[in-house]
Amino acid sequence: MSRIKKLRLFGRTKDLESQIDQFLDKLSESTVMFRLGVRTYLKEGANGEFEVKLKAVNALESEADALRRIIEKELYTHTLIPDARGDVLGLIETLDHMMTLFEGALWAISIEKPDIPEEHKAGYRKLTNMVVQAADALVLAARSFFRSPHAVSDYNHKVMVYEKEADKISTQLKRDIFDSDLELAQKAHLRNFVEQIDNVADWAEDVADRLAIYAIKRTV
Amino acid sequence: MELSVLIFLSSGLFLGWALGANDAANVFGTAVGTRMVRWSTAAIICSIFVVLGAAVSGAGASHTLGKLGAISALPGAFMTALAAAMAVFFMTKSGLAVSTSQAIVGGIVGWNLFSGQPTDTKILSTIVSTWVLCPVLSAIIAVILYKALHLYLRQAQLHLVRTDAYLRMGLLIAGAFGAYALGANNIANVVGVFIPATPFPELQFGGITFSAAQQLFLIGGLAIAVGVLTYSKGVMLTVGGSLGRISPVAAFIAVVSHSIVLFAFASRGLEAWLLSMGLPTIPLVPVSSSQAVVGAVVGIAILQGAVGIRWRVLGNIVLGWLATPVMACAICYFGLFFLQNVFGQTVF
Repeated sequence: MSRIKKLRLFGRTKDLESQIDQFLDKLSESTVMFRLGVRTYLKEGANGEFEVKLKAVNALESEADALRRIIEKELYTHTLIPDARGDVLGLIETLDHMMTLFEGALWAISIEKPDIPEEHKAGYRKLTNMVVQAADALVLAARSFFRSPHAVSDYNHKVMVYEKEADKISTQLKRDIFDSDLELAQKAHLRNFVEQIDNVADWAEDVADRLAIYAIKRTV
Repeated sequence: MELSVLIFLSSGLFLGWALGANDAANVFGTAVGTRMVRWSTAAIICSIFVVLGAAVSGAGASHTLGKLGAISALPGAFMTALAAAMAVFFMTKSGLAVSTSQAIVGGIVGWNLFSGQPTDTKILSTIVSTWVLCPVLSAIIAVILYKALHLYLRQAQLHLVRTDAYLRMGLLIAGAFGAYALGANNIANVVGVFIPATPFPELQFGGITFSAAQQLFLIGGLAIAVGVLTYSKGVMLTVGGSLGRISPVAAFIAVVSHSIVLFAFASRGLEAWLLSMGLPTIPLVPVSSSQAVVGAVVGIAILQGAVGIRWRVLGNIVLGWLATPVMACAICYFGLFFLQNVFGQTVF
């Protein structure tokens, strides 16, 4: 079997290419699972369905971690793409961190089970949608970095727009929470989750900023 | 073989060694410098193809050098090659861009002056004009190829990893072609002056005849290969810095353009084809490998808006065009005087 593998022309290249694509697929899947997880919690609380989504995000994060290690090892042991290796590694690691943020937010919900009043649920839903859109645009930007770096700026622009919208929604949501008659402890608890979800969009923006530089380096 | 023959050939072999040590970097320097190709891989491929190019296609450019001055005595050829090697050495020491092609032409003119032979000004002006033509042609080819490759890469949307793998393969193939072209074109500098006075008889190997010139080319090619294997590593690793930082794509285009130019100035096949098509031919002349690469890199830099061109390097090249042949000519003239009058050797 290993001999057959050795005989494939550009075999290592194709493998690495598919591992990078798989890594981005995991990220893309985890944005869907995160969104479904939050929506389930808002609708039905931390029930079995929510736990299924949490487990799915967990599993995706572990698989992505394993892929990240393989990609890093492959790039460094075989000195592949020497001029863009550092950038690719930086990108993969920061994207990996975004999955950790998804996982962390769902874990916190699962453990702390925040009591979200009905009137604030729409705000959380809108915020989650916007954050996930920012993350999805970032995945597209990352994909295009590998194949058509000229298109990165288009997707990056969307990341910025979604991030700004997410900021507006989170600010409004926090205002609404603190203007309400809830206990201060509950207000602080709810604010915590607003920030935890919004963090994902902020992180997506940071990664997009770096990605813009990586893409410029590739197009020069 | 007599020992004296080996002693007289030694200056040519030394020149070959220096050429291998320096010019292998033009072929594989950017590939090794950007860590796209390992030095050991580069050195082995370079050595094999330099010898092949010298032995198979070395005759064209050597023929032109022979027309410039047919050095009739072995000691004279020794001094001519030594003068060229010394000029290369001094110019390298003073940090000026240097070409063995220009040095050997200076040496031959020195021999002509000393021996009272007329220098064919038509051949000389053809050779001198190619020194300007070579980097310019290389720059033009580089611009066209770069533009085409850039367009292709944008259209094809290859994965970054795949582009990298193809470039690696491309650098190896272009390097092999470059080494072949280097051997074919520059072997004339190394052993060309020894051809008229060659001491070798023809050799027969299973029905194939190896002429005296081919044996010389083979020995010269081996000298270049030894230079590549023993001394090119440092030069290859630093060559990226001297030309400024360039991307692997630009490195690949630079090597391909360099190789096409060197091959065009050495190929009898191409000359015959151009003639048959009724097109103007390219003179078969040894040209400078370094200047071909610099020409290509400058061409790409101009295409990108002339950022990062090191005008000092360009200035050095122009200075080298003037200083190298003049210095080699002077050293050869005085060297021949000593060889004839102090050591009692027949130099023409």
